[in-house]
Formats: sequence, C-alpha cells, structure tokens
Amino acid sequence: MADRMTLDRLRTGTKARIVDVQGDDAIATRILEMGMTEGEPIEMVGHAPLGDPIEYSVRGYRLSLRKAEARRVIVEPSDAEPSRGR
Amino acid sequence: MEPTPAPRALTVVLIGNPNTGKSTVFNGLSGLQSRVGNYPGVTVEKKIGRVRWDGRDVALVDLPGTYSLSPRTLDEMVAVDVLLGHQADVAAPDAVIVIVDASNLERNLYLFSQILDLGMPVVLVLNMIDVARHKGITIDARELERRIGAPVVATEGHRRVGLDGLERGVFRAMAERGGVRPDVFPEAFRLEVVALEDAWRASGGSPPERYLLERMLLDVGGQIERRFASTASFELGAWLASARSRLRESGIRIPAVEAKARYAWIRRILDGAVSHPETAARTLTDRIDHVVTHRFAGLLIFCLLMFVVFQSIYQWSEPLMGGIEGIQEWAGGAVADRLEPGPLRSLLVDGVIAGVGGVLVFLPQIALLFFFIAVFEDCGYMARAAFLMDKLMSRIGLSGKSFVPLMSSFACAIPGIMATRVIENRRDRMVTLLVAPLMSCSARLPVHLLLIGAFVPKRTYAGGLLTLDGIVLFLMMAVGAIVAVPVALLLKKTWFRGETPAFVMELPSYKWPSYRIVLGRVADRSRAFVARAGTLIFATTVLVWAAGYFPADRSRLDDVVRQIERLDAAPSDANRSARAALSRERADLAGRAIATSFLGWAGRAIEPIVRPVGWDWRIGIGVVASFPAREVIIATLGTVYSLGGEPEGEAESDVNSEGGPSGLIDALRTARWPDGRPVFGLPVALSLMVFFALCAQCASTLMVIGRETNGWHWPAFTFAYMTALAYAGAFLAFRFGTAMGW
Repeated sequence: MADRMTLDRLRTGTKARIVDVQGDDAIATRILEMGMTEGEPIEMVGHAPLGDPIEYSVRGYRLSLRKAEARRVIVEPSDAEPSRGR
Repeated sequence: MEPTPAPRALTVVLIGNPNTGKSTVFNGLSGLQSRVGNYPGVTVEKKIGRVRWDGRDVALVDLPGTYSLSPRTLDEMVAVDVLLGHQADVAAPDAVIVIVDASNLERNLYLFSQILDLGMPVVLVLNMIDVARHKGITIDARELERRIGAPVVATEGHRRVGLDGLERGVFRAMAERGGVRPDVFPEAFRLEVVALEDAWRASGGSPPERYLLERMLLDVGGQIERRFASTASFELGAWLASARSRLRESGIRIPAVEAKARYAWIRRILDGAVSHPETAARTLTDRIDHVVTHRFAGLLIFCLLMFVVFQSIYQWSEPLMGGIEGIQEWAGGAVADRLEPGPLRSLLVDGVIAGVGGVLVFLPQIALLFFFIAVFEDCGYMARAAFLMDKLMSRIGLSGKSFVPLMSSFACAIPGIMATRVIENRRDRMVTLLVAPLMSCSARLPVHLLLIGAFVPKRTYAGGLLTLDGIVLFLMMAVGAIVAVPVALLLKKTWFRGETPAFVMELPSYKWPSYRIVLGRVADRSRAFVARAGTLIFATTVLVWAAGYFPADRSRLDDVVRQIERLDAAPSDANRSARAALSRERADLAGRAIATSFLGWAGRAIEPIVRPVGWDWRIGIGVVASFPAREVIIATLGTVYSLGGEPEGEAESDVNSEGGPSGLIDALRTARWPDGRPVFGLPVALSLMVFFALCAQCASTLMVIGRETNGWHWPAFTFAYMTALAYAGAFLAFRFGTAMGW
C-alpha cells in the first residue's frame, strides 16, 4: 500500500484514490458534491502557469482546484493504473 | 350558464448544472417571450418565459446553473425557495425539469437526486445527447426511466431537437405524480431527521419540509439552519450539533455522508443502463487543453485572445458608435431646422436626442463584449481563462473569474460590470463590480488628450523613444488600476470578508459554439441594458440638461441664434463679418447663460470646495455637468469659456493634431483668475486629469451598478468612494505640481 498524501502533491500524469476530504465547511461540501468521494480514482492532469490552480480528472470530467483546496483531500497514490470504476 | 373556468396556469421550473446547455433549452422552449428581472433582496437574475402547452398557460422559471441544492448564501437560497414554493413572487411549481449533460451523467445526477428528494413531479432531460453518442456513450433511456420513476427525455438543445418531448414529459410526470424519493441516506441519518421533526412538534411548532430538515443536519452553518435558528422555539443549533456528534459516533460523517450516499445511488441507477467505451480515447479536449493551458503557449494564446477582445471593444466599436453619434447629430439638426430656437428645441436636441444617443452609444461595446464572452463560455474557453488567471487575481483577494470583467472595463465599465454575472460568488462579484469603474475607460481618453495637449510640455527622452506626454498619458491610464488594488483588498477585508470561496471549477469539454446561443446572449444583454438602465441614463441626461438651461434668461441668445441661421440660409461674402460678430456674441451669451443656470449656481457653490485642488468655479461647473458622462466636460468647458453656444458648434469640430479642440486649448491657456493669474497650468491640468481618472462621473455606470446589485446603496457608495479618492488624488497632484514649481 502506497503512502497517503494530500492531493496537491500528486505529480502531473499520476493517479490516486481518494481517501478523505477534511473539514465540514462550504469548501469541503463543494469538493464532495463534485464527486470526490472515498474510493474514487483521480488523476492529476496539469497546473496553471503559476503553479496554481491544478487540473484533475475525476468521474469522467475535468475539475480545477486551488492548491489550498487540494490540500484538504487525502489520497492514496496508485502504482498501477486504476480501473475506471463504472 | 356558468362559463367553464380557464385551467389554472402552470409553473414549471428549469434547473441544471452549469455547462449543460440549460439556457439553450430554455430559449428553445420560450423563444424570445422571456422577461428578466431580479429576485428581491438578492443579486439573482429572475428569468421567466411564457409558453402555451396543451391550451394551458405555462410560466417557465429558469433558475441559475448550480451543482447542488445546499444553500450557503442568500443567493443560493433562492433556488430552494422557488422549488418549495416559498418564494413570494413566484407561484409554487407544478413540476421541475432537470437538465443534465448526457455525456457527464454521473456528476450531473447529483443535483437530480436532490431534486427527487423534494418529492414533486420531475422530468429528466438528457441534453447534448449527440455529444454523448459521439463519445461512444450509450444510454438506455427507457431503463433509466424505470429506475428513477420519472420521465426521461433526450434532447439536442442547440439544434432544438427533442424539445417537444418536454411538454409531454411534464404532463406525464404530473399525471403519474411520480418522483418517488429514493431514500439514499443510511438508516441512522433518517432516524435523526425523524427525531428532529419530533423535536420540532414537541416544541409546539410545525416542522418545515423534510428536505430542509435534512439540509439543516448536513450543511454546518448553512443558510437553512441560519433561517430557522431564530424562528424555531427550541435551541436548534445545539440540537443539530448534538445530532451530528451522535451520527459521528455511529460512523456517519457530516457532510461526507450525503455525497457518499448520493453517488452510490447514482452508480446503482447507471449500472447497466449506461455504458461507456472500454478505453477512454485521448479526446479532442485533452489535445486542445495540452496547448491552451500550457505554461507558455497557453499564456500567449490567452494574451492574444484578450488583445482581440480589447481591441474590438476599444476600436472596432468606434465606427458603430460614430454611426450612432452621426444619427444623433442628424436628428438634432433635423429638429433644429424645423423649430425656432427656444426651450422646446433645446429640450429635444440637447435633452431628449442626446439622452437617447447617450444610451444607444453603449450598445456596440456591450454587443461586442458579450459576443466574445458568449463564444468563450459556450466553447468552454472561459473556464480555462479563469484557470490561467486565478493565481494572479487571488493576490488581490479575487478569483480568475474576475479577470475578463475587469479587463473589459478598460474599454468601458458598463459591459464590464454586466459581465460580472459570470462570477458566482457574491462577495467576489461585488468587489469586482465596485472596482471596475476605476479601470481607465475610453471616455477618459478625450479629457486626458485635451489637457495633455494643452499643458504638458513637449519633451522627449531616451533619444526620442519616450515622450513626456506619452508618459503622462500612460500614468493617467494606469492610476485607476493601481488604486483598484488597495481598494479591492480593503473591500475584501471589510464588507465582503468571509471564508475564501471555493474555486472548485469544472473545466467543460470544448465544443463548437452555437450561433443561437451566442446571438441570443448578445441580444439578451443588449435588451437588458436598454430596458433596465436605459431609462435612468436618459432621465439623468434630461435632468442635467434642465439644470444647465434654467433659469437663465436666454431670449437674447435665441434671438442671435435665429439671426445666424437666417444668414446661414443665404450665405454671401457681404455678411461674413456680420456672421462672425454674431457668432462671437452667441458664444459670449451662451457662456453667460450657463453661468446663471442652476449648474452655474452649483459651480459657484462648490468653488470653496474645489479651490484647494486649484480649480475655479467654471471648472466646477464642468465637473458637475459631466455627471452623466466624463467626456461632457469638454463641451461644457467650451460653453463656459464662451467658445460656442451650440453643442454642434465650431469648437468641437475643429480638432487639432494634439487630439483636442484647438479653440478650447487656447481658451484654457488664456483663462484668468480675477487677479490676472492664469487659471490653468500644469498642476491644475494634472489635478483635473487625476480627478477624472478616479471619479465616478458616469451616470450610466452608476445606473448599471444599481440594476446589477438590485438597489441604490451600492451606486451611492461607488459614487462616494470614487469621488473621495478623486478629490484626494487631485489635491495631491495639484499640491505636488505646485511644490515642484511646474
């Protein structure tokens, strides 16, 4: 099992599985509503020219998160390519 | 015999995620029969279309695009209130149409599952079904219908395909009284909702709808908890907190439980009814994004696109605006030919026609900006622009979405302020809207050019590469944007402080923009401007005209104008000198007339206030008179300094190479205080330019702010803070210039 880390540290082109979204405020709610729930695969696509925000691929669509927001998401990097669970 | 009563009108609500083509469906259904207004007390646009379905009047209510129904703010609360029939100015809905992007069902069904929980007749619209098909996604609509217990309709909104199925779907949903609540939440959570209901009854009150009770438990500190906290006759906040900790102990975490439960339900619904291609091919969107959000190429493309947008509102709109001004002049001339000089003619020419022209002249810029915004939004680029600019804008407390409205305001603040509607977060939107008028718009340019041409010495530096007048012009254009940074930060720290809004933003798939959407948007915004701000702008122009016309005695002036016109009707060399003498007299009389008008009184009244910034009462008149629009000061100064009585007078048409009217430049240079000192010098010119760079002398901007914020206190605030800044800036510029001995 790979080590857990925050989503903002995921490198370009790598994939991970979501473990948890921290907090109970509006931002946490919004992140969850956008489909970032426990066990869901996510891929880091790239970042904006100044390094922030970051583009992810989740549930078959593209999502941009600021670093501060991505830091609330705990993920478990997957070494092998995860199967898109649907 | 009693006539059979007409069937009651129906209310049908449209709701959906952003980027689902919801407005195309709405426009396709209602055509141009829609009315746009505001919900009271909030900044949410209220869009209602009227249609006739099966002989019944139907009001289609288009709610703003949203990802979920978990209201955090008053603005987000509107959607919930409309759906539950709590919104006083909208009838309780008979059915809900949920529009989803068929190629992105999973996330889109999240909102749908919340709507199902409201327990009302629902129709699910699979829009952009062609895009889904193209991506190799197959959807068994009949199976989906069976599983969710509500009619499912597939549409291609941009081609108006399948829209007729909506009407049948709504009637079917109402007849079947469908909308079975799927009960997605775990047992323990449901029991807490029942317990809350019981606690409510036990305290002697009648509990609100179950959806609202669920939301109170789920949204910590959300809008619904806040609304009921004061009216509930028990300690609601404490009750909710203990219920949440009870749930946490049984392994149910708030707020994660909702997303977990709903997405699990969505998987169950979709499993077997929808199939995706085995391997997701590298899509066109991926390939475009690789370039468009690239570190260098992406920024280059962005700058290029913004340059085109800016050029278009700044320059391409000019021939159109010139055309409108030409028509205005022609109409004024036509009236002048038919009417004797006097109050009626002046009212028509300088009040009514100038007022209508003053409204219409903004249309080319509004249309052009919204053309580009609509294209960018519809093809999916707008989200990328916000993505690229976010870091930069977050330094002043805003988000990437504020960039385009602010940049557009460099051409004109009116379309810029209207464009702030792309910012969903109310605080960000308000701050953007309040600093937008500080950006140096094109109306400031003539004022700067006139004063620089008259008073800034011709000097060159660095071997002719830099000129002093160029540097001054650049500084005057930049001062507003520079001042906007601390103003935005301050606003963010005072009135609009609060938790940083989530910048969780979907980057939609690219698609070819639909001409229907783009043109519809342009027409929609142009109409909204004329209908909602136009009348007020017109009224202001007429009022300021009246203030400059009355109560001066103009009988001698009218007489002189009549004589000039008689001479002009039969021009000859003999009466040329008589004509010149009359022309001089007319200018003199017009100057005296405005000095004895209400405006003149106002100018004198504010003289003690404007003295410290180096102005005399005549400049005071010019500043007061330019309240409708900054550039008016040039014509007003022309009149006050007795250059020409009529707006179409010589002073304006005689523009010299420096960009200003040469007659006016001479008049300004020779203007004297009573003690013989010149009124104008470089310090006064600088103080006037800084004032116009920072002031809010643009009635149209204030009217548009009033309309967009749905009230009068924000325009009043804008006027107050910008005038204070402008005055302080003018004072500093004047004192600095004087101290430097310029």
